[in-house]
Amino acid sequence: MSAVLRLQHVSKVYGTGPAAVHALRDIDVAVRGGELVAVMGPSGSGKSTLLTIAGSLEEPTEGAVLIGGEDVSRMSGDDRARVRRRSIGFVFQDFNLLAGLSALENVALALELDGVGTKAARLAAAGTLDELGLGERAGSFPDDLSGGERQRVAIARAIVGDRQLLLADEPTGALDSVNGEAVMRLLRTACKRGMAGVVVTHDAQLASWADRVVFIRDGRIVDETAALDGPEALLANGPPS
Amino acid sequence: MSVRHALLALLSEGPKYGLRLRQEFEAQTGDVWPLNVGQVYSTLHRLEKDGSVESDEVDGTQKRFRITTAGARELDRWLHTPPDAGSPPRDELVMKVQVALRMPGVDVAELLQLHRRHMVQAMQRYTHLKADTPAGDVGLGLVIDAELFRLEAVVRWLDAADARLRHLPDRSWAAAPGEPLADDTPARRRARTTGADR
Repeated sequence: MSAVLRLQHVSKVYGTGPAAVHALRDIDVAVRGGELVAVMGPSGSGKSTLLTIAGSLEEPTEGAVLIGGEDVSRMSGDDRARVRRRSIGFVFQDFNLLAGLSALENVALALELDGVGTKAARLAAAGTLDELGLGERAGSFPDDLSGGERQRVAIARAIVGDRQLLLADEPTGALDSVNGEAVMRLLRTACKRGMAGVVVTHDAQLASWADRVVFIRDGRIVDETAALDGPEALLANGPPS
Repeated sequence: MSVRHALLALLSEGPKYGLRLRQEFEAQTGDVWPLNVGQVYSTLHRLEKDGSVESDEVDGTQKRFRITTAGARELDRWLHTPPDAGSPPRDELVMKVQVALRMPGVDVAELLQLHRRHMVQAMQRYTHLKADTPAGDVGLGLVIDAELFRLEAVVRWLDAADARLRHLPDRSWAAAPGEPLADDTPARRRARTTGADR
């Protein structure tokens, strides 16, 4: 499958002269549909900048960002916003739901902003919430939902419609281990169904849900994991004592 | 994991054949902790010799084992005894990094990353096994979580080591020739004695 997201020689510099900060340096990453990639690194390594550039929320200083084969780094602001609304879903640590809208309205809004009629948008939103086990909570407002439920609504908002790319920044950071695991299962399932996923994190447990883990340090990709050889490799360990 | 006490626990449910004990042990740990038949029978033999289990022969071929009162007491004692947390082992990875710090020409950050990658790859295999495990399989879930937390602790130590070294001037950490390895300083010896660095 061809790459849904491709970053080519992407660099990002904030400021100029001696005060310049090189947040990203010559980043090359490609993520295929059906694949979940984790970008793992410590605070300040550039991983969140990488995500905002991949999501066309920021422009790179150098290099190209291709989403579905289109170079968004050379598009006008309006065209970039169109690609963002139609093709990309975001999941953040703090959910970013609109408090005045119900779960259903939060999810449907993502489609309505892209020109889908209210009725069709709400129908699609209800279907997605149902798939994520939130059918009965569709009318609830964010304040009435648990942390785990809020993040599931945020995931529904990110995957509703025909989005190709799912971008998540520390999506389990505010959740306990059981809810965090449930969130990662949903993200993994969305990718298995064909979306390309990128999750940025400092957390090895979270990163280990990915098919591939890319390590970032000081704005550079320094390493990545090999292809997985299946759970049977675990049996190569010695017997218990 | 004590095979001896796992077998006693399985026998506390009722008498069983050796082969069945092995199957039940592996079913509970989802093949993550494989057990060979020889190990099962040698452990059962020791348990029988110690009076913790007794056996009878059925059809002149297979032995069926049952737990004795002494075995049940031993199992109960084991359940309520905290595992040894007082004497930290000499961790092989810590030693490798300690050695690397003294060796000229070794890129320690690169070494830390190499080990970090291997640990994360191992975690990926366990997590993907967990992802494919039905939510109702509690036994396997517990075993996988234990392995994941163990590996995560190593990754966190590597991250902490990395951060510690990055804040020091270049190679200022390298010990002069003849100095003891940092694992063998008085403070470390004290920590080993008291278990303070666990």
